Amino acid sequence: MSALRLSPGRAAETTSAPAPGSPAISVDAVTKVYGPRGNHTFALDRISLEVAPGEFCCLVGASGCGKSTLLNLLAGLDSPAAGTVAVHGRTSLMFQESALFPWLSVRGNINLALRLAGVPKGERYDRASELLRMVRLKGFGGKRPHELSGGMRQRVALARSLAQNASVLLMDEPFGALDAITRDLLHDELERVWQETGLSVVFVTHNVREAVRLGDRVLVLSSRPGRVVDEFPVDIPRPRRLDDAEVSSLSGTITDRLRQEVRRHGA
Amino acid sequence: MALEIQDPPVLSDREAEIAGLDALDVPLASARGKLARAWEGLWPKLTALGLFLFAWQAIVWSHWKPDYVLPGPMTVLNKMWHDLVDTGGAAGPHVLLHAAGTTMQRAVVGYGMSVVIGVVVGLAVSRSRILRAGVGSMITGLQTMPTIAWLPLAVLLFKLSETAITFVVVMGAAPAIANGVISGVDHIPPVLLRAGRVLGARGLSAYRFIILPAALPGLVAGLKQGWAFAWRSLMAGELIVIIAHKPSLGVRLQNARDFSDAPGLMAAMLAIFVIGVVIDSLFFGVLERGIRRRWGLGSR
Repeated sequence: MSALRLSPGRAAETTSAPAPGSPAISVDAVTKVYGPRGNHTFALDRISLEVAPGEFCCLVGASGCGKSTLLNLLAGLDSPAAGTVAVHGRTSLMFQESALFPWLSVRGNINLALRLAGVPKGERYDRASELLRMVRLKGFGGKRPHELSGGMRQRVALARSLAQNASVLLMDEPFGALDAITRDLLHDELERVWQETGLSVVFVTHNVREAVRLGDRVLVLSSRPGRVVDEFPVDIPRPRRLDDAEVSSLSGTITDRLRQEVRRHGA
Repeated sequence: MALEIQDPPVLSDREAEIAGLDALDVPLASARGKLARAWEGLWPKLTALGLFLFAWQAIVWSHWKPDYVLPGPMTVLNKMWHDLVDTGGAAGPHVLLHAAGTTMQRAVVGYGMSVVIGVVVGLAVSRSRILRAGVGSMITGLQTMPTIAWLPLAVLLFKLSETAITFVVVMGAAPAIANGVISGVDHIPPVLLRAGRVLGARGLSAYRFIILPAALPGLVAGLKQGWAFAWRSLMAGELIVIIAHKPSLGVRLQNARDFSDAPGLMAAMLAIFVIGVVIDSLFFGVLERGIRRRWGLGSR
């Protein structure tokens, strides 16, 4: 029944205005443990990282690297056993499933997010229209989630996240369930929205190429315990394409590093 | 940090690609008309009804029982029509209509109370580990308990009164509704609850905006089952708790038996059946189909 508990643990410490030059997110020596005392596993072990305001930061790692745990901590849905998590401004979290509410229309989903974010009633309609236009779904506001394709649903989910007026967007493999053509187009769309909004993004993925295509920086996480083991700045000029030679070559380097990490568990 | 939102550039290649993909990806809706679908649902029902009436008539024709014990469908329908429209019978004008009116009034009161109690108890139990452990299985137990078993206690507690009938209806229906709510909440996909938390729905607003609407399919199933239980309990109650000068469907049944009035008895039975079916399929059926359609759960 744990999934049904909506009451949050201690939320991540949030402050509103980031001081100039200070990071949007800073995670310092955070540890998170699962399982009973004596037989526990470290989901995260003294993990530290920082994300600059407006930065697009990608996290890649094999299974069990504690990516979802980390995102939950950043979103304030969970609290760390040790260490500190500081986030400037509100966070929003997108999942692999769009998690749109099936009892509401597309516009209704966005409206609810606006309402819960405290946007006054009179402003919601126009704001929702703006957001729909931003994700190029003008005219789809009256549709139900099940009437849309997977890619469109993720764009609605993106609009719903933007409706929270967050300054940090957390994404948990948001395009993992989409076909390659749709995913490719959504990379462009996400990049455009990110550039227009100036959001800080933390993007978790299994797909190294996707990380290099999108990120300003790619962090490689180790598994059990989760830790940042390596960091690759991506200095390839935008716009990038998945099949750019530079993207391929950096992806290869990062993949090699990831495999090395995975091998450690086989030995 | 405010978001600066601008229009995407007008009709770029990218826009055309996105629009093209959207157009290709959107699931196709069924093209069948409303009338065709209505007929598709109607004709099997009509056929079944026809077959039932024919089988009934065939048994009467076989002279298995004498006509005054087992009348044919035409006799019963005639009697029913007569009881509905006749203005000056021995039992008063429009006797069946009056009886059905009293019964429906009791049904509304009893069922209404059951809904309130069932939903409140269901929500409380589904969200509290302690209540669930303590009361959860008791609710299921209550649901399996035959209503008729409550009747003697109801009469002891409340004498032969309206309250006794309401008590029995609530004991029959409320556990079914509570169980529906519990299973509705249990079947909410966890990702929707997570999404609700991320959007900032906490406490009461979580119930209002996320949990209640998300539990709606289960809730409606529970309400529907609760109605069936309420209707059955009500009939049991009315057969036993007979209140003077209050013609009800139960009283009609009892009187007809006492006077060996087989057509009158079966006319009352038919009325009970028709009311039950109409509320089940017209009210709850439409509600359920509406939800299924809106949620995209496929239509039945």
